[in-house]
Amino acid sequence: MALLQISEPGQSTSPHEHRLAVGIDLGTTNSLVATVRSGTADTLADSNGEHLLPSVVRYRADAEPVVGRDALAAAASDPLNTIASVKRLMGRGVADIRHLGETLPYEFVAGESQMPRIHTATGDRSPVEISAEILKVLKQRAESTLGGELTGAVITVPAYFDDAQRQATKDAARLAGLHVFRLLNEPTAAAVAYGLDQKPEGVYAIYDLGGGTFDISILRLNRGVFEVMSTAGDSALGGDDMDHVVASWMMQQAGIGGDASRGELRALAREGRRVKEALTESDVVSIELDQGTPPWRGELTRDEFNKLIDPLIDRTLVPCKRALRDAGIKANEIDGIVLVGGSTRVRRVRQRVESFFGKPPLANIDPDRVVAIGAALQADVLAGNKSQEEMLLLDITPLSLGIEIMGGMTEKIIPRNSTIPIAKAQDFTTFKDGQTAMSIHVVQGEREMVDDCRSLARFELRGIPPMAAGAARIRVTYQVDADGLLSVIAREQASGVEAHVEVKPSYGLTDNEIETMLKDSFAHAREDMDARNLREQQVDADRLIESVTAALAADGEELLDDAERKTILTALTNLEAARQGSDLQAIKQAISATDAATQEFAARRMDAGMRKALTGHTLDEFTSGK
Amino acid sequence: MQAALDKNYFELFGLPESFSLDLTEVTRRYRELQQQLHPDRFASAPDQQRRLSVQMAALVNEAFQTLKDPVRRGRYLLGLKGIDTGEESDTAMNPAFLMEQMELRESLESVRDSDNALAELGVLETGVADAFDARISRLQACLDESGKEDLKMARETVRELQFLQKIRAEIEQIEEELV
Repeated sequence: MALLQISEPGQSTSPHEHRLAVGIDLGTTNSLVATVRSGTADTLADSNGEHLLPSVVRYRADAEPVVGRDALAAAASDPLNTIASVKRLMGRGVADIRHLGETLPYEFVAGESQMPRIHTATGDRSPVEISAEILKVLKQRAESTLGGELTGAVITVPAYFDDAQRQATKDAARLAGLHVFRLLNEPTAAAVAYGLDQKPEGVYAIYDLGGGTFDISILRLNRGVFEVMSTAGDSALGGDDMDHVVASWMMQQAGIGGDASRGELRALAREGRRVKEALTESDVVSIELDQGTPPWRGELTRDEFNKLIDPLIDRTLVPCKRALRDAGIKANEIDGIVLVGGSTRVRRVRQRVESFFGKPPLANIDPDRVVAIGAALQADVLAGNKSQEEMLLLDITPLSLGIEIMGGMTEKIIPRNSTIPIAKAQDFTTFKDGQTAMSIHVVQGEREMVDDCRSLARFELRGIPPMAAGAARIRVTYQVDADGLLSVIAREQASGVEAHVEVKPSYGLTDNEIETMLKDSFAHAREDMDARNLREQQVDADRLIESVTAALAADGEELLDDAERKTILTALTNLEAARQGSDLQAIKQAISATDAATQEFAARRMDAGMRKALTGHTLDEFTSGK
Repeated sequence: MQAALDKNYFELFGLPESFSLDLTEVTRRYRELQQQLHPDRFASAPDQQRRLSVQMAALVNEAFQTLKDPVRRGRYLLGLKGIDTGEESDTAMNPAFLMEQMELRESLESVRDSDNALAELGVLETGVADAFDARISRLQACLDESGKEDLKMARETVRELQFLQKIRAEIEQIEEELV
C-alpha cells in the first residue's frame, strides 16, 4: 500500500474526483454543449436561458466575432460577414464548394492550402477557424457554468463524415483550446442518450436528418456494447434544403427572379424555414413577401409542402436501403428507430420513416438535444467519472479507404463499414527497373476510378534501393484510430526505408497553418504563448503522474519486480519535481523519461488485461451461469 | 506487448486452433477483449499507451473478422499450417468446378432479361447456398476430423468457396438492381 502514498500533497489522484467533461454537438444550424451533473446529462444554457447556440459567426472589423443569436439576426443585413451552416464547408475543397455555391452567399477566396476561405471584414477565414469560434463560445459557456477548466470534450460528427471532414473538426477543437477525448458519431451518441443498451439485445436504426447532413446507422446493442453494423448517408442533404425548396417555390409564386440580392435570398431562406416549422403544427401557413413587385401574399398547405419535400425524403431512403443491405438485415428486422436532428420534427419525415421501417419511431428525447446528451454521457465515461465497464462504443469507418494503382484505378485497403480501430497492410512493387521512389495516393470512396473518389493525400516513399522491376516489396499500412482518422505508413521491406503521413493535407489545414492560427488567436486574446505551453505540459504531466500512480497501485506488485518498480518510482519522483517548477523543457524531458520507463509496464498491463478478459469470462460462466 | 501482437488469432482469443468454432463464444470473447483494450479505455492515458491500445484493438478487430467468417477462417488456419491458398497467384482450378461456375455465370447473365428474373435468381441463389454449405462441411472434415485431415483438399475447398462467395455477392447485387 505504500505505493499509494507517493503523490505530493495537493496532487489529486483520488479516483472519485469529478473531472469536468462535456459533450458538444457541433451542428450545421445549431450547436449545443451538455454535461453530466449528479448522474444526469443535460444541455447547458447561456445567460439568457437559451440552450441552442445558432451555428452562425459574424465577423466585425476591429472587434471580436459575434456568435449565435446576435450573429443570426445580422445575417440578412450583413450577409458577407455572417457565416451560417459552416459545417457544410468543413473539410471541403474549392471544387466541392462550387457545387454548393449557388446556395451560399459568401465570397470565397483561395487559400494557401486547398481549403477555401471566406473573405470577411477581418480578413480571410477558413471553415475550421469559423467552427472554432463556435466551439470557443460553448467551451466558455461550460467553464463558466461548471466553474472550472474542462478536462476534455467529446465532439460529435455525422457518421458519414469522411476523413477530411473529421480532421477539420478536430483541428477546429484544437484551435478552440479543447482537448478532444473522442470524435463520436452522432447516431451512436443518440443511441447512448436513449440508453438503448439497457434493453435486451436488439438492432436499431438511427435516422438523423439535421440542418445540412443526413445519416443512417444500424446498431446492434448488447449489454453496454454498441456495435455499429453499417452506416450510410449524404453529407450535403438536410433541413436547409427543405428551406430552399420552399424558398424557390415562393420565388416562383411571387415572380422573384434570379437577380435577387444575397440579403434577399437569405431572407427568403429564413422565411422558408419559418413556413416549414409552422407546418408541423398547422395544415396551412400564410406567407407575405415584401420582395416581389408587387409584394406577394399567398399560402402553402401541408399537402403541397409534402409534395415539395418528398424528393428530398426519397434521397434519404436510398442510403437507408444501402445501410440495411450492408448490415445484412431487412427493414422489418429492426427492433426500433430513433429520430435525431431538428428536421425529423417535420411530420412528413416521420410518416415516411414509419412506413419504410414498418413501425413508429422513437422521438421522446428532444431531437435537437439528443446527440449532445449522448456525447456528454460518453465524455463522462472517458473522463473517468463513471465505471468504464459500463459502456463500449465500437464505431466503423463509413467509406472505403484505398490507394491509387496503375491506370487511375482504386485498390481498396480498408472496406467501408469496418470496425475501428483497424490496421490493414498491402504489398506493392515497383514497375520499372531501378525505380527508387514510389508515389502513394490515398483516396476515400466506393468508386473504381480514382477521379470519382475523394483524394485525401499524396506522398512519396523515396530511397528505395535500385532493383529489377517487381523485386521491391513495399508494404503500405493504413491505420484508422477510434476517431476515424487515418494514418498511412509505407515501408520498403528489404531496406527498411519508411515514409509516414498523418493523412490531412489535401483539403485540410497544414500543421503550419494551424500553428500560425493558434499564435494569432493567442496574440489576439493577449495570452502568453509560453504560459499556455507550460500549462499544457503541466496538465500532461499531471495526467501521466495520475495514470502511472493508479497503475502502480493496481498492478505494480504483481507485474513488476523490485528493481523495475524502483526505476519507475524514480522517474515519477523526477517528473513530480519538474512539474512543480516552471521549466518547460525539464517537464517535457521528465515526461519522455517516465514514458520510456513505463513502456514495458504498460505493455504487461495490457497483456494482463487481455488474460483477465478471457479468464474472467470463464469465471462468469461458473458463477452467474450467463 | 510484442508477445501479444505476435499471437495468432486463435491464441489471442484463447481458443483452440480448429475450424469448428462456437460463434456465440467468439463474439462474447471479442466484446470482452475490446472492453479491456479499446482506445476509449485509455482516453486519459499517456500517448504511448494509447498507441498500444489502438494497435491491440485493431488486431482484435481483424482477428474477429477472420474468425467469424468461415472462408477467411479456413484460409487463415491453412496459413498457420504453412499452406498458402494463393487465390491471386494460382488460378488452376478443378475443371469440373470451373464448368459449373461457367454455367452459373451464363445463367446469371441471362437472368436479367428474363420476365421472371427474381424467381430465377432465387433458384440460383439456393443452388449456390447449397454448394457453399456442402463445401463448408467438407472443409470442416478436412481440417478438424482426426484421421481425415486432408490439407490439399482443404486448400482446394477454400479456393472454391472464394468463387462461390463472389457469385453470391453478384446475385445480391442483381437482386438489388431488380427490386
